Parts: sequence; C-alpha cells; structure tokens
Amino acid sequence: MSPGTRAARGIVVLGAGLLTLTVAALLSVMVGTRPIDPGIVLDALLHADPQNPDHLVVLTQRIPRTVIGVLAGTALAAAGGMMQGLTRNPLADPGLLGVNAGASFAVLTAITVLGLTQPSAFVWFAFLGAALAAVAVYAIGSAGRDGATPAKLALTGAAVTAGLTSLSMLVLTTNTTALNTYRFWSVGSLTGRGLSEAWFVAPVIGAGLVLALITAAGLNLLALGDDTARGLGHSVRRTRTLAMIAIVLLCGSATAIAGPLVFVGLVVPHVARALVGTDYRWIVAAGIPLGGVLLVGADVLGRVVAAPAELEAGLIVAFLGAPALMSLVLRRRPVSL
Amino acid sequence: MTHRSAPTTPSLRARTLGAGYPDRTVLDGLELTVSPGRVSVLIGANASGKSTLLSTLARLIPPLAGTVELDGTDIHAIPRRTLARTLGILPQHPVAPDGLTVAELVARGRYPHRGLFGRWTAADTAAVDEALAATGTAPLAERRIGALSGGQRQRAWIAMVLAQDPRILLLDEPTTFLDLSHQLEVLDLLVRLNRERGTTVVVVLHDLNLAARYADELVVMSRGAVIAQGRPADVLTPSVVSEAFGLEALIIPDPLTTTPLVVPVPGGVRASADET
Amino acid sequence: MSALVAIRSRTRARAAVTAVALAVLLAGAILLGLLLGDYRLTADEALRALLGIGSRVDVYIVTQVRLPRVALAVLCGAALGLSGSLFQSMLANPLASPDLLGISGGAGVAAVWATVVMGYTGAAVAGAAFVGGMTVAAILLGVSRRLSDGGYRLVLAGVGIAYLCSALVGYLLKRAQLNDAQSAIVWITGSLGATSWMPVGIVGLALAVCLPGLIGAARSLPILALGDPVARGLGLAPATARIAIVVTAVLLATATTAQIGPVGFVALCAPPIARALVGHGSAALAAAGLAGALILLTADLAGQYALPGLSVPVGVVTGAVGAPYLLWLLATSKGRRA
Repeated sequence: MSPGTRAARGIVVLGAGLLTLTVAALLSVMVGTRPIDPGIVLDALLHADPQNPDHLVVLTQRIPRTVIGVLAGTALAAAGGMMQGLTRNPLADPGLLGVNAGASFAVLTAITVLGLTQPSAFVWFAFLGAALAAVAVYAIGSAGRDGATPAKLALTGAAVTAGLTSLSMLVLTTNTTALNTYRFWSVGSLTGRGLSEAWFVAPVIGAGLVLALITAAGLNLLALGDDTARGLGHSVRRTRTLAMIAIVLLCGSATAIAGPLVFVGLVVPHVARALVGTDYRWIVAAGIPLGGVLLVGADVLGRVVAAPAELEAGLIVAFLGAPALMSLVLRRRPVSL
Repeated sequence: MTHRSAPTTPSLRARTLGAGYPDRTVLDGLELTVSPGRVSVLIGANASGKSTLLSTLARLIPPLAGTVELDGTDIHAIPRRTLARTLGILPQHPVAPDGLTVAELVARGRYPHRGLFGRWTAADTAAVDEALAATGTAPLAERRIGALSGGQRQRAWIAMVLAQDPRILLLDEPTTFLDLSHQLEVLDLLVRLNRERGTTVVVVLHDLNLAARYADELVVMSRGAVIAQGRPADVLTPSVVSEAFGLEALIIPDPLTTTPLVVPVPGGVRASADET
Repeated sequence: MSALVAIRSRTRARAAVTAVALAVLLAGAILLGLLLGDYRLTADEALRALLGIGSRVDVYIVTQVRLPRVALAVLCGAALGLSGSLFQSMLANPLASPDLLGISGGAGVAAVWATVVMGYTGAAVAGAAFVGGMTVAAILLGVSRRLSDGGYRLVLAGVGIAYLCSALVGYLLKRAQLNDAQSAIVWITGSLGATSWMPVGIVGLALAVCLPGLIGAARSLPILALGDPVARGLGLAPATARIAIVVTAVLLATATTAQIGPVGFVALCAPPIARALVGHGSAALAAAGLAGALILLTADLAGQYALPGLSVPVGVVTGAVGAPYLLWLLATSKGRRA
C-alpha cells in the first residue's frame, strides 16, 4: 500500500467511524426503558424544560452516559493501540495490565480510609491507582534479558492484579460498607456518573490523545526492533517514555470515569489494524471513533437485551471481548506487530 | 560392550510412501529399503524431503499413503514402546530443559525399557553407563546440558538414543552447527557404533564429501523421491549431483580415502534445485 | 561403582533428605495447628486428645474443630502443589497454574452464582464450583488442542477466560443482596473456615482418584520435556500423555477449589520451591505436594493467629505473599518463553 492510498484509506475509515459513532451516540440518547424521539432530544438540547420528564432523562442520564462512553471508549482504544505498539504485543490491553486492579484498590482505600462514598469522588483515586499499577507492570514486565515479551507482560499484569486483588479482598471481607459501595463502582458501568466528572477528565484525555498521535510515528520505528530503530537515529527511550505517559493519562482517565473495563483497548486496535494497516498513527487515529462505537454500542446493547432491566457495558464488552481474544490466540501465527 | 542376544538386524522398508503436511505433499510414492547393519547417509538439496522421510520412518509423522515396515510389520501396528526399543531417532535440534544434567538426559533414554512402575534396574544402569562411555560423555555426566559446547551437547544427545539401545538408529543432521573436527568426531562415533554393535545407522548429512567418506550406502533424494541408492563411488556421479543439487561438479577420488570428492565447478550453480 | 550409580544415589539421597525435612516441618505445623487457638491445650493434652483421651471438650476441640481444618489445609495444599507442578512441567512454563489459567475463575463464577442467585450454601456451592472449573478446563482444552507450543496459547486463552470470569463475578456481586455478596466474597477469597470432616473426605478422595494419573505423569513428564520428536522416538504418545496430565491437574485443582475457594499462588509457588530443593524429575512432583501442604497450612495459621483479634482468610495471606514472589520470578526469568 503506497502512503497515498493508505492515507486515503485512513481518512475513509476515520470518516466512516465518526459517522457510526454519531449514529451510536444518537441511539444511546434515544434507546432505553423510556424511548425518546430524536425531535424531543433536539428539543431538550435547544430549549431544556426542567419540568419535562423526557428532557430530564435526556439531560441527566442519557447524555452523560453517552459522553462518558465516548470518552472512555476513545481513550481505551487509543491507549490499547499505543500499548500494543510499545510492547510489540498483540495482547496488550490496559485492563490486562493491572490498571483495573490498581484503580480498584485505590478506590477501596479511599472508601475505607477516607470514608468517601460518592463515585464522583473516586475519580482521582482511580486515576492514581491505575497509573501506578500500569507503570509497575510495565517496569517489571520489561525487566530481564528478553524484555517485555507478550506472555510475560500479560502474566505480570495478572500477578499485579492478583496481589492487589488479594489486598482488596482483605478490605472487602472485613468491611461491609466498603463492599457495598465498591461493588457498584467495580462493574464497569457508564451510569451513575455525572457530566461534571466527564468534563473533569476530558482535557486529560485530550492531552493523552495528542501525545499518543505524536508518539505513534515513533512506534512505527520501534516495530522494526530496538536496534534498527536506534540505527535509524531514533531515541527509543524517549518514545517509550512518551508512549507510557500517554497510556497512563488515557487509561487512568477512562477507568476513573467508567470503572474497570477490559477488552476495549484490546479489540479495537485489532479492528483498526485490519482496516487501515500497520501504521500506528492510523491505528491510533482510527481507534478514536471505533472505541467510542464499541463502548457506546455495548451500553445500548445492554439496555436492549435485558429490557426493561439493563446490563452493564463492561459485562457486554467482556462477553464480546473474550471470544475476540480467543480468536486472536487461535490464529496460527502470532500477530506480528 | 555387553553381549546382545538378538544379533539379527531388523529390516526397515518404506513402500509407496506418501508423506507431508496438510497443505504440502513432500513425499509421493517413495520406495526405500534401508540396508541392515550398514551406515546409510541421506543426501539431497534443501526441501528435497530428507527430514520428512526420516521422520516418517521413525513414526514421528504419520504417512499420508503407503507404509513403513519393520521386518515386514507396519510400524503403526507395533506398540509405541516396543517400536522404540528397536528404532531410535535423534531429531534435528533437540532442546533439553534448563538445568538438566547429562546423566539425567541419558537416563531418560531408558524410558521404553522400563516396566509398569518404572523401576530402575541394573540393566538400565549398565545401558546408561555404556552409552556415556561410548560417546565419551562420562566425564561430563554431572554437567548441565546448557553449559556444554555444541559438540559435547550433540554427543550427550547421541548418548541418550544409545541408552535407548535401538537396533536401528536414525539421526537428522546431527552435525549441523558443529565445526569440522566435531563433525568428524560425531561421524566417527556413529561408524564405531555400527561396527561394534551392528546398529543400522541412517543419517541425514549436508556435506557431500563427508557423506561419501562415511557412508556404506548413499541415498540421494530429489523432490520427494529417491533418485539413487548405492555405494558412494557408484552413486556420486556428475549427473546425479547435477540432478539433485542443480550443481555442475567434478568428481575426483579423495586422495586419502579414494571415496568420491565433489568439486563444484566455479559458476556452476543452476537455478536452485528445490525452487519449483 | 560406576559414575552413574554414584550420581543416582546422591540424587536419591538429596530427594530423601528433602522429603524428610519437609515432612518434619509439616508435622511441626500440624502440631502447631492443633495447639494454637483460644482454647489452650498443651502438646501433651493435644496428642492425647487426638487418641480420644482427655476431657470431652479437649477431644472435641482437637478432633472436630482443629484437626479437620489442619487436614483440609494439608490435603488441599498438597493437591494444589501437585496440580501446579503438573501444569508447569507439562507446559514448560514456570508461570502456569490453575488460577492464572482461569480454572479457579470458572469455579468462582459458578460458586458466586450458586450463592447469590440460587441461594445455595455449603456442599451445593462446592458442587457448582466444581462444574464451573471443569467447564473452563474443557474450553481451554478445546482451544489449545495443540499444546506443543510451550502452552503459550493455553496460558493466554486462560488469562482471557480469567478476565471474563472476573467481569461476571463483578456483575453477580452488584446484583446480589449485600449479605449474599459478603458470603460470596469470603468464598472467592479462599478460606478454610467452617470446616467439617466432609470436605476433607472429598479432597482425599480426589487425591486417591488422581493417584494413577500422578504416577503416569511422573513417568511421562521427564520424557515430554525433551520435546515431542524425541518423546515420540522414545515411544511416548505426547498428545495422549498431555491430556492425561491436564485432566489430572484440573481434577486436583477443581476439587480443591470447590471445597476451599480459589486460594491463589500455592499451585504457583510450591513447584519452583520443590525444583530448587530436589531438581528435575519425579521427585520434584512429590516435593511439590509436600511444599504445597506446608505453604497452605502455614498461611492458614498465619492468617488466623498472626494479627491478634483479626482472622484473615488464607487466600489473602497466600496472595499477599505470592504476588511479590511471582513478580520476582518474572523479573528474573532469563530468556525463557514464559
């Protein structure tokens, strides 16, 4: 594929992705136990009437969860793409790398030690815990002579997860209040968070995305191997560091607003790679709309399949993601990145 | 050397053998009778089917058509461990687990001889000792495989198949990655085994001149078929070398052993024989 | 005497010394398990109570309260150590274990479902957990029919399943009544509390059933370790041998998990300790069983008595100790495809 056609293809994918995202977002605002016409949605946006129950549903529930879905999905997809490039590992996913357990443990600490109960207050702790866990997993997983091999990172993530989980369990088994607050946060849902938290992390995600797009070019060189990248005059260490910062900003924010979510960051980059090829700039760029589509779509699906109840987006994504992971594993050759 | 009760050497034969992989047939209708009690060397260009043939003979891969017969019995009808007591194979590049010592490796060669409860017997000890002695690896017995040189490691693996005490021994490129003196060391060992124990040896080699020097019988393969079989002096002719390797060569007698010596003609490489 | 005989007798002596040392430590831990607790007993009283001599309270405390718990810890620890050793040797991967492979996760989902949705307790939860673990094992076997690539696929598929399971558990916990959620959480953590002789018998039975499989594995594992071509050349059918090993390992892990919950890291940590003590071969399998028993019993005693006034589930103790150990193992593994 020549650079010209690749760019053209990337633009087409990006355009189609944004279009699908718009449709998904629209559906997300309309679909639910109380179906709402597009006209009323528009009306609610333009002339909000606090007395109109439909307007209230749109403004206080549907729009926040949609915005959170778009933000978190986008951030996780971009972070996943970066992580796969950084580790040359087709299985890298923020959720598989201990981020969730880190966020969970930090949130539990906030609940038990500081007595916090409102999900809105968990954002900072989730962010901090996620960031620390991600850095720890990456640092430990790259130690040793053979560097960050795929299985090693996955297993380091599993180990950090298990260790933190066991500490979390200590809290959960001994503190009923903590369990009661925590179980609602931990299930990876787009509900129960307000727009204020979304606006709070939006700039962080924006910064992460910009950094990711800038660094992605360097990942293309890293894909050739550290020595080749160095031979081409590239600073491997700088690319690694910047990519890691982008990943921490992105998945820390996403976990903070949407709770622990796995598989979004794993699956979307693979879809993007199938669509736009192996250039990380395009994989990350195409992942931005596609991640939103997956998460918002899963959220809508969760409202439809269990109507009139709802299934959490995190659960739907896990059900879609586990088979996707299986099919990746089952491929005859490991995907080369 | 201990005395062996069964001096009769079993015969190994491939009949209309087809073999390969689901997406690629390597051997098609191949016929081969391995000369009992001799050293046979399989030669041929890359991808000519030497390793596939050896693996099929040793039941490492099932044939797609035809049979491999040991004394007239299809080897797939023989219980695995019974077969392993007669037929041994050393595959290409075997890898030992970290930290395994030479003695432990060689002892594992006794697997097909051990009884229901795996009791270690005096016969097992004798066979392992003998294998260590024959390969000159006894002084290395307590060393870790990973810490050995390439030649030592290869001898340790050969000791493992010797402890298995097979009547027929197949070896797939046992000299690859060894320097010349280590190659000679391994081949001398195989010939000695053949002479002293009467073991039938079938070995895949790349070096034509070493093959000619050590083989009682050469088996030349090209594109999944045996194109020549016989004494090196009879088989190794310019036309066979040309057919099998796409190489124009002069064949002269080795000044020391009078076995044939292949001298490639400068610029004499045709399009590679295996690229079809 | 040949060099080989000397080597073999040395190896055997080392294995014997190790086994005796582990057994002595284990006996000490068992005695400690009978002595420790709010109800004070001297060693003499405890041993007499074991034989049914002494006051009724003494006998009851020892034979119906402390001994079942100690016995369960020993048998489960041994089963986990053996299971981990089988997985690790077969997959040539020091990181394989039932918890990382999602088998414990499957058991966890089923048990939580049984607790919070069906309202089951006790043996019914254990039964559900057993079915759940076996289901995951069947999926894993199906996914990685070809296990010859060092178990790479098996491990990664297992990690995926483990995460799916954790999502399901999260969902079930959210839906549950708070007190159901709490008993489910205690189960997931893994604990030896509320023990009777019944689970001891079940785990013991599982160990007995697995004995032929273990003997077979002790013979086939050293051969499998040489690679499939060499193993075939020696007359072993690698695929059949692997299936027998996996079935044995899964049965041990699932039977244990069903009784005491998914206690982490015992299966992971016991085998490398055993290998370090006795080296390769079948002796390492037995040593892994002993080491597992010792680890689980010690962890349970530490969880019960290390923090005064706070009884910590054994799963928290093994996880808190095991995770750093696993990370150290990862950070220092050299060039191994792990």
